[in-house]
Amino acid sequence: MRRIISILMENEPGALSRVVGLFSQRGYNIDSLNVAATEDPTLSRLTLTTFGDDRVIEQITKQLNKLVDVVKLVDLTEGAHIERDLMLIKVRATGVERDEVKRTADIFRGQIVDVGPNVYTIQLAGTAEKLDAFVAAMGDAHILEVVRSGVAGISRGEKVLSL
Amino acid sequence: MELLSGGEMIARALEDEGVEYIFGYPGGAVLHIYDALFKDCKVPHVLVRHEQAATHAADGYARATGKPGVVLVTSGPGATNAITGIATAYMDSIPMVILSGQVQSHLIGEDAFQETDMVGISRPIVKHSFMVKHASELPGVIRKAFHIAASGRPGPVVIDIPKDITRPDEKFEYDYPESVKIRSYNPAQRGHTGQIKKAARLLLGAKRPVIYAGGGVVQGEGSELLTKLARHLNVPVTNTLMGLGAYPGSDRQFLGMLGMHGFYEANMAMHHSDVILAVGARFDDRVTNTVSKFCPGAKIIHVDIDPTSISKTVQADIPIVGPVGAVLTELQTQIEQLQEKDGAGPDEGALARWWQQIDEWRDKHGLWHGRRFDTSDHIMPQEVIQTLYKVTGGEAYVTSDVGQHQMFAAQYYKFDQPRRWVNSGGLGTMGFGLPAAMGVKLAFPDSDVACVTGEGSIQMNIQELSTCTQYNLPVKIINLRNNYLGMVKQWQDMQYEGRYAMSTYEDSLPDFVKLMEAYGHVGMKVDKLSDLEGAMSEAFAMKDKLVFMDIFIDPMEHVYPMHIAPNGAMNDMWLSKNERT
Repeated sequence: MRRIISILMENEPGALSRVVGLFSQRGYNIDSLNVAATEDPTLSRLTLTTFGDDRVIEQITKQLNKLVDVVKLVDLTEGAHIERDLMLIKVRATGVERDEVKRTADIFRGQIVDVGPNVYTIQLAGTAEKLDAFVAAMGDAHILEVVRSGVAGISRGEKVLSL
Repeated sequence: MELLSGGEMIARALEDEGVEYIFGYPGGAVLHIYDALFKDCKVPHVLVRHEQAATHAADGYARATGKPGVVLVTSGPGATNAITGIATAYMDSIPMVILSGQVQSHLIGEDAFQETDMVGISRPIVKHSFMVKHASELPGVIRKAFHIAASGRPGPVVIDIPKDITRPDEKFEYDYPESVKIRSYNPAQRGHTGQIKKAARLLLGAKRPVIYAGGGVVQGEGSELLTKLARHLNVPVTNTLMGLGAYPGSDRQFLGMLGMHGFYEANMAMHHSDVILAVGARFDDRVTNTVSKFCPGAKIIHVDIDPTSISKTVQADIPIVGPVGAVLTELQTQIEQLQEKDGAGPDEGALARWWQQIDEWRDKHGLWHGRRFDTSDHIMPQEVIQTLYKVTGGEAYVTSDVGQHQMFAAQYYKFDQPRRWVNSGGLGTMGFGLPAAMGVKLAFPDSDVACVTGEGSIQMNIQELSTCTQYNLPVKIINLRNNYLGMVKQWQDMQYEGRYAMSTYEDSLPDFVKLMEAYGHVGMKVDKLSDLEGAMSEAFAMKDKLVFMDIFIDPMEHVYPMHIAPNGAMNDMWLSKNERT
């Protein structure tokens, strides 16, 4: 089962490598990874998506919590949450295809952020699933380059992951 | 406030931390530190002959005393040589602080001479690590390192120190912090009362209970509490390889070690139990055999300071996260209250039947009862350990290396106290025994310290005989000599039709007696059973001499019992070369 684990950790050199190293060391999967500083410069927020049965996920969260640099973490998929992945996708757009590509981008509420004589670069934000659907809709023949931020997530309502 | 250089701060901080010994080896990146130690430091430094031995010696010291071992090595090869010893300490949760030199800050990343990414290389085998960025950080970092190493589930902590941080001409204010607070590190201080109450009820209602105690009971200073609880409930106790001594080895309620080479009665009792109280143990694969067949009828109470140990391999019915001491104290109180208030169990009739069953197992295949040794003058390895037990009155600190001799020592030396048995259980590091014995002997100079080893293991750190000469460390080395890598050979006998691939030395072994003389020690060769006890008594009577006893044993002997794998359960064992359960 897919899980989104969001981690508040010390913004220290080496902290990220401890988290990533844990996954390879213990044979867990990382599907996506997103990390940046927070409003408190001493803290980073890391969101990762992973797959595993309940037992594996329990071990992952326990092992992460055990890392000295990890302050707190939450499995967002345990409750209502919002997830967003940001994609920049460069597609071939020539002749009549230019309109078709634009229409598809509009349907997905994407924005064309750069235009060239033969290419569009489209920005799209949403769940990982929505982004996957857009990639499928564009088709391999059109896609020149894809870059995704990895999932970032936050709980719905008043629930907060903070110190 | 006093102004000190980085190097001086390290020397002072180790004093302030109450460190008794530093085990290390100098080199370019740590010369400023060594100069500071030389000029003004009350903590004695032990110069080993290889950095791996520094870590094992610090580890042996830590296991015997409970205090963190301290290691100081240089960058590059000094640091990488320490890795095996750090991994050994990590696997067995031993508190250790490793100070490693690093190239100067501005050279990091340039493949400078003797540069290696120590923080990166050690990352999977440390509890935590620090890279020092400025000398003023040193007191705080060292204080934190000792705190992290020794608290919660203990483990090794690396402090990597670039050479420029320790330079003598730059001085900063030194103030060693009294206390330490780390917002992201708060190990549990006590167990969950509701869970402990559930555990108390389950134990009182048990008909076939077993206590399965591991190294955590030794580390957590829980032996007395565990013994009190076990006796109060009249419950049998088995210890893991790491837990030997956590419950008195010569006590009637002790079933011996469990697991791959565990006692028949211990493995049988586990398999047939209805309630298992696991304390400070981690259901290691060398204990459980096939996990899906593990103790099918048992409800499991699992007490551990580390939540990741709980339900990692075997699902716990009642998990309790907390320090062994606090949890056992509360468990004892809850049990006594339930007995007083509700007149609850234990079920004495059921326990009597359970003990009767256990005694039957003991009589049938117990290690101490049913075993017949060779009646010739040939020495069996088991007899060496039994003789060691007799000669030392069961009071020695026994370190071991890894292999058959380790299992024989674990089976046949009855440890009545914790911290007397010092071995590499998790990582299984050959070469551990001699340097570990040095650390123990430094901590307890008036006690007998024996290193039980084999001619394979001893040669992995044999250079430390020279360290023993330099610091006058009269340990006794008991070499179970069979001219094979015994455990490798045993597996080759059992699974590879006796094809001894690379497990013999042919005629290449040194004359150990002469070798000992070369180092200024005493060597003894023993090859007759009738000489064994006399020779060993003589060896232990030489209080100020390191004695190496080269004891020729039956080379064909195997360690039994032995779990049948793969796909076997706890109760599936080879009992001898031709008997199985």
